[in-house]
Formats: sequence, C-alpha cells, structure tokens
Amino acid sequence: MHSPPFFGKPTCWLIVLATLAFAFAPLWHDNVELREELLLAAIYVILATNLNLMIGYAGYINFGNIVFFGLGGYFCVWLVSSHGWPLVAAALAGAAAVSVLALLFGLGILRLRGAYFALSTIGVNEGVKAFVANFTPWGGSTGIYLPIDAFAPLGGPATALWVIYFLLVAVMGLSLLLSFAIRNSKLGLGLLAIGQNEDAAAVLGVPTPRYKAFVYSVSAFLPAVAGALFFFKSAFIQPDDAFDLVFSTEAIVGVMLGGQGTVLGPALGAFVYEELRSTLLTAETFSNFQMVIAGALLLLIVLFVPGGLMGWIHRRWPRAKKVLE
Amino acid sequence: MSALLEVRGLGRRFGGLQAVDALSFAVGEGEILGLIGPNGAGKSTVFNLINGVHLPDSGSVIFRGEDITGEPPYRVARRGLARTHQIVQPLANMSVLENCVVGACFGRENLPLGRAEAVALEIAGFVGLIDRIGDPAGTLTIAGKKRLELARALSARPVLLLLDEVLAGLNPSEVERMIVVIRRIRERGVAILMIEHLMQAIMSLSDRIVVLNSGRKLAEGRPEQVANNPAVIEAYLGNPEDAAKLRGERPS
Amino acid sequence: MFGILASILDGVLVGAVYGLAAMGLTLIWGVMNVINLTHGAMIVAGMFGLYYLASVAGLPTYSAIPPIAVAGFGFGVCLYWIAVHRVIGRPPLMSLLATFAANLVLIGLGTSAWGTVLFNVPVSLPGLTYEGYTFTGTHMMAAVLTAAIAGLLYLFLYRTRHGKAIRAVAGNREAAELNGIPTTRVLALAFGLGVALACTSGALIATLFPFTVLAGAAYQLKSFVVTVLGGLGNPAGALLGGVALGLLEGAMTPFMPVSWTSIVEFVVFVVVLIAFPAGLLSFRRS
Repeated sequence: MHSPPFFGKPTCWLIVLATLAFAFAPLWHDNVELREELLLAAIYVILATNLNLMIGYAGYINFGNIVFFGLGGYFCVWLVSSHGWPLVAAALAGAAAVSVLALLFGLGILRLRGAYFALSTIGVNEGVKAFVANFTPWGGSTGIYLPIDAFAPLGGPATALWVIYFLLVAVMGLSLLLSFAIRNSKLGLGLLAIGQNEDAAAVLGVPTPRYKAFVYSVSAFLPAVAGALFFFKSAFIQPDDAFDLVFSTEAIVGVMLGGQGTVLGPALGAFVYEELRSTLLTAETFSNFQMVIAGALLLLIVLFVPGGLMGWIHRRWPRAKKVLE
Repeated sequence: MSALLEVRGLGRRFGGLQAVDALSFAVGEGEILGLIGPNGAGKSTVFNLINGVHLPDSGSVIFRGEDITGEPPYRVARRGLARTHQIVQPLANMSVLENCVVGACFGRENLPLGRAEAVALEIAGFVGLIDRIGDPAGTLTIAGKKRLELARALSARPVLLLLDEVLAGLNPSEVERMIVVIRRIRERGVAILMIEHLMQAIMSLSDRIVVLNSGRKLAEGRPEQVANNPAVIEAYLGNPEDAAKLRGERPS
Repeated sequence: MFGILASILDGVLVGAVYGLAAMGLTLIWGVMNVINLTHGAMIVAGMFGLYYLASVAGLPTYSAIPPIAVAGFGFGVCLYWIAVHRVIGRPPLMSLLATFAANLVLIGLGTSAWGTVLFNVPVSLPGLTYEGYTFTGTHMMAAVLTAAIAGLLYLFLYRTRHGKAIRAVAGNREAAELNGIPTTRVLALAFGLGVALACTSGALIATLFPFTVLAGAAYQLKSFVVTVLGGLGNPAGALLGGVALGLLEGAMTPFMPVSWTSIVEFVVFVVVLIAFPAGLLSFRRS
C-alpha cells in the first residue's frame, strides 16, 4: 500500500510532467494568449487541490476558502507598495501570515462539525471582506494600486508576466506534490479516518484537533501565495475581487467534478471546469450564466456522480488506481 | 495481580437520569473482567466515561497508575486502552487493511506507516480477515465488521481492551470463533473488560464478573459466586431466560 | 432616549418577520436534517412575487400574499423532488452541497433576468405616532400577519393529520415509516411548507424595505442566526429568536453602520454555535 519510495510512484511523475508541460507549452512560439489561459487554469488547480485537503481528506467543506487567496494578495500588494518589499519575499511572508491567521480562526471554528463549520467559513470570508473594506491602511473599499515601476525589479512588465507565470506553475506543482505527500503519509491516513468518521478516528487515537488545525492552516499557504502572485500581476486589488465567493464556489465545483479525496481529481476537475467556463464566457449570451452552469454542474455531480471524474475512472479501470491517485 | 484499570466512585447524569452511580471496580493485568446487567444498566456509559467520550460528573479513572479522568479519547487510546463499539463503526470507504493500519499508527506504539502495515497484516490474520484485507470495510458482513472492529482495536497493541457486546448479532458458529479469538487475545497478555449479553459466553470467558443495575454495582466476584447471588438473580427476573442461563441451566 | 426605545420596538416588529422566515428554515432542518441553502433565494422569490402581483398586476398588497404562499409551496415540493430527494439518505454534507448548488442556479438565473436593480413595493398604511416617533403601519401589519401565520402553523402541526405526520417523521423517521406514514411524501410536504414560509416572509419583507436579487443572502444569514438562537426544529423558538434578533438590530442601528450588521450577526451565529450547541432556548428534542 505505501511500499514504493515516494518518488517511485507513477502519480508523482505525472505531476512533474504536467507541471513541465504547463511551463513549456506557452514558450513554444512565445504564445502569450496560451500563457494567460494556462495561468488562470493553474490558479483554479491550486485552489482546488489545496481545498481538497479539507474537503476530500478531512471531510470539512470550506465554502469560504477564497479568503486565503484574497488575504495573501492583500499582504503581498501592501508589502510591495507601502514597504517596497521584493515580490517573492512579500508573497512568502504574506502566505505565512495567512497560515497563522488560519490557525487562529481554525481554533474557533474547527470545533464545529459538518454544515456548521461550512457555514462559518462563509462568515470568516465575509467578515474579513467587510473588515478590509473598512481598513484604511489597505485602501478600504477602493483597494490598492501598484505603480508600473513595481515590475521594474523583475525586468519590466513583459518579463515580469513570464516570471510570475513560472512562479505560479511552480506553486501548482508544489500543491499537487503536497497533496500527494499528505495522502501517502500517516497524517493523510489520520485525516481520511477523520473524514470517514471523526468520533471513531478519535477513539482509535487520531489526534483530531491537532490534525484539523494543521491541515486547515496548511491548506491556506499555497492559495495565499497564488493570490499574492495573481494580484501583483493585476497591479490592483480590492475587496470584492479578493474575496469573491463565486470564485470560492468554483473551486468547490472543481474538487467535486474531478473527484474529492483523490490527489489528481481536483486538479483535473478544476482544469476541465476552467476550460468549460472560458469557452462559455466567450459566447456572449452565456456570460451571465456562469453561476447557473457552476450550480447545475455541481448539482448533477452531487446527485448522480458523487465520486466525480476520478471516481468514474477508478470504477471503470480499477487498475488505474495505482497510477492515477 | 496489580490493578491495570481502576474506576473509583464514577458517576454521570444525563438530564434526569443517573446513568452511572458511585461505581468502583478494578481490572487486573492479564485479567478478563465481565460487565453484565439488564438493559439500560449503564454499561456502555461506563465505557464512554473510561475512554473519554463523556466526562464523568464525579469519580476518577486510573489507568496504569495515572489519573486519566476526562482525557480526550485519542489520548486515552495512545496510553494503550483500546475499545470496540456496540454499534460497529467501520471506516467504510477505506479497506480492511487501512482500517487496521489506522489502529496501528495511532495506538499505543505510535508506529510509522511501514511498521504499522506489518502489524495490521499480522492482526488481520489473527482475527481471520486476511482474505478480505483489500475490500472496502463497508462491504463486510456484520460478523466481518465485528471482527474488523476487534482487529482495529488490537492493531493499536493495547494493554487493556474494552469490548462492547462484540458477540451481539452473530450466529452460534461465529460466536464460537470469536470466543476462541478472545481467549487467544488474553494469551497474548492483553487484559479485557467486556460487556456482553450472551450469558454462557461471558460466564465461561471471565475470570471475574461485575454486575450493574440502574447504574450501580450490584455484585462482584467469580462467575459462580455472581450466578448464585440472589440479588443478581432477582435483577434478572424480568428475563427468566437469562436468569436460567446465569445458573447454567438450559433455558425453557 | 425614546429614540432608542422606538428603534428597539420597531426592531421587535421587524424581528417577528425574521422569525417567520426562520420558521421555514428550522422546519426543514428539524424534519429532515437538511440545511436549505436556497432559503435566501426563496425569500427573494416571495419579494418578486409581491412586486409583480401588487405593483405590476395591481392586486391589493396584502391579498397577494396567499397566492405567493401557495406558489412557494408548489415550488418547494418541486425543489424537493429535483434536488433533495436523492440525497436524503446520504451524508448531510451532500444535501448541503445539493441545496447550495440549487441556490447557485436560482441566483444565477435571477441576476441574469433582473441584474442588481433595486425594486420597491410602495405600500401606504396609516402609522402610529407617539412623542414624535412614528411606527409605520407596514411594520405593525407585518408583525400582526406574522403572528397570525404562526398561529396557523401551530394549528396545522398540532391539530391536523398531516401536521402530526410531519412531527412524527421529524421525531423518528423509521418508526414513522413502520407506522405506515408515507415518509417521502411527508418530507416533500414539509419542504414545501418550509419554502412557503420563506416566500411569505419575503413578501412581507418587501412591504417593509426595497430589495434586489441579491438581498436574500442577508436575510438567509438572519434566518440562520435565529434558527441557532431558537434551537433546531423549533418553530416557536424561531419566532422568539427572530424577535430577539430584531431587538438586537434595533439596539445596534443607531450606533453602527449598516454594513457591520451582517458581521455582528455572523459573529453571534458562530459564538452561539460553539457555546450553545442546543440553542439558547433549549426546547429541542434530542
């Protein structure tokens, strides 16, 4: 079950290959359009893969998961614009701060189970959004603008966009490797036990409060980095964009569509969903229907295919489980 | 024989009902202690008070010389006290082997994954589930799930095992097999505190018996002593079959 | 001084309507352990129902409410069969996601149709003036109607056969099934009733305040707070909890910007859940 060494597992190599494919594809013919498309896809993958740690492993639905993305963005943009920090340092420091905040919030809300926890995560998101909208050092409801010279240390705007892209792809790869590492570790086993039956897991000795707090905090880090990179790239951040519940929901749709609880599922689901969404958005008539499509898709999955794409693949080709976790 | 587990003056109230009342008893090392009593006597509650699922209102629980009263279940498990449930709680979508690995990983020895898997395999063989280790736990029969519940608890390599009606719902041949397994568990040096309604089984397995009625200890002693105790027989008068079984007679 | 008291009293009146909304949520929650995340959308549906029947079609305002209740019931039954029926036996998180998804669809359709335009249903009703402060007629009427509807709900649940069936299923579904009660139909009935209450409360709220398609979220949040205050599955508790929330809002509004009201309510929600898992008024059946 866990015998082959870590990097001997096929899934691990698939992750590395996918990451390299993302990195090199737009380099072919300097394809900026493809890069932008893949950048957005990478962000969806990052959000869904980290969200899966909570939903798929521990069995806790984090409706307001976008709060990590938004806060990471705010910390980074603020550190860059007000204190002149370099991008990578600001992103990492911001993400660390977000993880600490997640730990603090988690101490409170992780005592709640099931639906109560899920609803309280919305509260956390809305609460943070309202706070930020009234917080003058962070621009209040107007937000923060980054001047164009913020991109100078990265070699100017054009080069900066490429650097940010590669950084995001790296974060994507890290997210998948993190998910894989956790899934195949003792921590992951404990989390899965919690997801199956938290009380039984506790009786078996799984230290449930510690594990839940840890995974909640860890699941905040990489999305916060992604938020930092994304909003730096946009050179602008404001509360409604940073803490967008629709985006948060789309991450959930990605997880469920791809197959919660698997390593690759959420990434696959997020990618498929993002492609679907961008196709529909270009057709004018559908632009208002984003929520409707997301909702209808989620409903169909929950009602008829709760295992998602991976669940279907695993049932059709049971041997694939070893390769596609 | 030193006391492995000591329960002193344990009490717990739920709403208007005193579920457990000033209960004291001890389990010695390597001993099998049976806990019996009519329905609603508070037996499962005693287990819940011991392993931290509920907090006692009064009294204390001493395990291996340390006061563990009110400690959360995962810490109690880590100390070497494992427990099965009356209503089985398999981790349904995980395989039988994975269920046992959870027990081995988070139990007394706190093993890493590799060694835990080895322990789990051995225990799965011991209880007779080796041919089902890859199957999801939810697909087992009730007897299989009971055996899994036991295997999971054993995988934690406990010093004391709490068995809650592990024979309930099994047919006679399954009961026989389970009794053999329980005897072999004791041979490995694990002490057992068991709740059971199957009179013949618990009478033949136990070294000593504690009888509970309405949350209070009614009697304590060797099986023959308890079976002939008039107060105990009276408590079971509501169930003449059990009363007859107590005395070793064949039920009418 | 009286200004604050007036604000509080007015809050009590409005709070009664919050209680009505919460009754719909808590009924569904208590009967089938499903958290209806389309609740807010259903409140908005009631609001639009009143707008189209009263402002556009010209019906007298308050007589538009019964048809809205009936339509809400019908819609609720349909929603049950489409989104909820299949997930009833499954882990509760699945039904949460199902109603969440249904809500996305409804709100998405709503914003497609009506955008974020502000709608208003003007209602003129004589008010009560005392010491220079006026209690608007609409607020008083809403509170009175809420009391009446709550009374009707009580009669239904405790005096009719269908109501008793609902309570039986809520108490122990398996036992009810064994007693010959058609549980699936009763669940659909209860769900329809819960949605009808939501729509009705929406219609009443529309007589008090202007609204947009997205207004439902705030009222859904209030319903959650009221439900946990009053205890799950306890309609009487919901009414009292609604009044309590209205009281709290009435006390807050003179001192706090409106945007903070939601935050305070969410904090109350989380704190009550952590500290009082059985609700502040612990009438709940175990």
